Amino acid sequence: MLKIGDKEFSSRLLSGTGKFRDKNDIKKMLEKSGSQIITIALRRVNLENPQDNVLNYIPKHITLLPNTSGARNADEAVRIANIAREAGCGDFIKIEVIHDAKYLMPDNEETIKATRILAKDGFTVLPYIMPDIVTCKKLEDAGASVVMPLGSPIGSNAGLQTKSILEMIIENSNIPVIIDAGIGLPSQAASAMEIGADAVLINTAIATASNPALAGEAFSWAIKAGRIAYLSKLQEQSQYANASSPLTGFLNL
Amino acid sequence: MSFLNVLREYENFDFEGYFKNVTDEMIISSINKKVLDKFDFLNLLCPKAKNHLEMMAQKAHKITVANFGYTINLYLPIYVSNYCSSDCLYCGFSKKNKIHRKKLSLEEVGIEAKEIAKTGIKSILFLTGESRKVTPLEYLCDVTKILKKHFSFVSIEVFPMSQEDYEVLFKAGVDGLTVYQEVYDKKIYKSVHVSGEKSNFEYRLDTPQRGAKAGFRSLNIGTLFGLGNISKEAFFSGLHARYLSYKYLECELGLSLPRINDAEGDFKPNTILDDVTFVQIMCAYRLFLPRVDINISTREDAKFRDNLLGICATKFSAGSKTEVGGYTKAKTEPQFEISDKRDSEEVIQRIQNLGYEPVYKNWESI
Ligand code: SF4
Repeated sequence: MLKIGDKEFSSRLLSGTGKFRDKNDIKKMLEKSGSQIITIALRRVNLENPQDNVLNYIPKHITLLPNTSGARNADEAVRIANIAREAGCGDFIKIEVIHDAKYLMPDNEETIKATRILAKDGFTVLPYIMPDIVTCKKLEDAGASVVMPLGSPIGSNAGLQTKSILEMIIENSNIPVIIDAGIGLPSQAASAMEIGADAVLINTAIATASNPALAGEAFSWAIKAGRIAYLSKLQEQSQYANASSPLTGFLNL
Repeated sequence: MSFLNVLREYENFDFEGYFKNVTDEMIISSINKKVLDKFDFLNLLCPKAKNHLEMMAQKAHKITVANFGYTINLYLPIYVSNYCSSDCLYCGFSKKNKIHRKKLSLEEVGIEAKEIAKTGIKSILFLTGESRKVTPLEYLCDVTKILKKHFSFVSIEVFPMSQEDYEVLFKAGVDGLTVYQEVYDKKIYKSVHVSGEKSNFEYRLDTPQRGAKAGFRSLNIGTLFGLGNISKEAFFSGLHARYLSYKYLECELGLSLPRINDAEGDFKPNTILDDVTFVQIMCAYRLFLPRVDINISTREDAKFRDNLLGICATKFSAGSKTEVGGYTKAKTEPQFEISDKRDSEEVIQRIQNLGYEPVYKNWESI
C-alpha cells in the first residue's frame, strides 16, 4: 500500500485533470486506470459554473490533490493552498512554485519555504521539485509527506532523464518518492517503478492520448509490473554474477 | 538594457539578401530542430518556407498539444473609454476622428461587467483609448476593483505607464498587461503615430519590461500587421517575446497577430498580411517559442479562427464587443470591426465540437 499522510492507496498511479479534450473523459480514465488520487489546478476550479467545474467530474471516492499551479513564490503557493482548502478540496496539497514560465522548472527554495508553512498548518504536503538530494532532506525536515521530483520537463514525454539522481533520492528518502512530470510512455513509468519509486504522476501523456481511458489502463499495468519487478529484486540481480572466467577462483572459496 | 539594443543590431541587416540564400534544406532542418535559434526563426519566416507550411503546422500542433493539451483559454474585452489624445492614422479612436466619445462611469462598468460575466468567462481585458487626462490612474484602479468582483483574471490595454504606476495597478488587482508595439520599424512608427504620447517609440518599446518589473503575471505583445514589412515585423515580434522570456522568467508571454481591417477613417495599409502568411507566421512563432500563448481575436472571421484552433492557437476571445458600453447599450463606434460575430455561446459550442476544451477560468484571485 502507498501511504501518504494518514491515507492509504492501493494504486500507485496519480493522475491529473489538465489538458483533456473533454472533462467527461476524466471519469472514464479514473475507472480504467484505477487511479485513486487526481491533481487539479486550483486556478481552474470554477465553483460558480457547475458545468465547467472540474470537481463535478470526479467521483467522490477519489482523493483530490489540488495544486498551486501559477504560484511564483512561497507566499502565493500558501495563499492558493488555503483557498483550495476553503473550496472544499481537502487537506492534500501539491506545491508547485514555478519561477520559469518557459520550461516550468520548480523553484526548490521557495517550495521548501511553502512546505514548512503548510505542513505546520495541517496540510498533507506533496512538493514538486527539481531532483536534488539536499532539497529532499530539507523537505523531510519541513514536514513534507512525500517528495515529487521531476523525471524530465513537464509535457516533454522524455522519460527519466534524471534517472541517476532519482536513484540516489530513492535510496536516501525516508518518505515516499513520487516521480512527477515528463513520463510519456508506460515503459518509462515501469522503469520509474523498477528503480524503486513509490508512485508516479502522469497527466499530459494520458490526457492528450486519443483514448485517455485506454492510456490510463496501460499506465496502470506498467506501474504494477514495475512495482512487482522492484519487489522481486530483479534490478539487483548482478550482471557480474556468472562471469565465465572467475577472478577470485585462486582463493579456493 | 532594453530591446532597443537588440533592434539596433539589425539596423543594417539585409533581410532580402538573407532570404535569397535560404534553401529548402535549411528550412526543413530549422523545422526539425528542438531548440530554434533566431536564424532558424528567420528561415521559417522566409517566403520560401510557405512550401513547407504543412510540415510547420504539423509540428506546431504537436508542440502545442504537448504544452497546452487540447484546451483553449477564453477571455473577453471591455472597452471602458474611447477618449484619446493621440493621432494614430490607422485607428478609429484617433483624436482626429469625429466620433461619439464616451467613458463609462464606475456604475456603468459594473453593469457591463455583470453582463459579460453571464458568459461564464472569468478572464477580462479592459481597454481605453490613450488619454491620461480622461482615464487617469485612479480611474483605472477603480475599474480594476470593480472588474475583480466578477472576474478572476484582469488585464489591461491602456496607455503605457511607468513601473511605479504599474505597481499601483498590480496591487489593485491587475494580473496581465497587453501592449502592442504596432510597428518595430521606427521610421514607419513615426509616420503613422503622428502626435500625442504614443509617438514616443522607445517608451512604448520598453513598456512590457516595466510591466514585468511591476509584477504582472502575463505580458501580451505583438505587431499590427499592415504597417511595416511583414516578415521583418514578425521576426522582431518573436525576438521581443524571446528577449522578455529570458529576462523575466516568471512571466507568461503571449503573442497576438492583429492585422488591419476596416476601421473608422480611411487608412490604407502599407502591407497586407494574407491568410497563408498569417498561418506561416503563427507556426513560426510556435516553433520558435513553444510555450508562448497565441492569441486570436475576433478580428479574424469564424471559419479562419476555427481552423487556427487545430494548429496552435491557445487563446480566444468569444463574442467580443469593441464599442464602449457594447455589451449593454452600444452607442459608440467600434475601435475596429469584428469579423467573428458569433456570440460567446456559439463559439464555445464550436470549440467543443472541434474536440477542444474551452477554459473559462485559468486563474484564481489570490
Ligand atoms: S491606437 Fe490607441 S493611441 Fe492610437 S488613436 Fe487608437 S486608441 Fe489612441
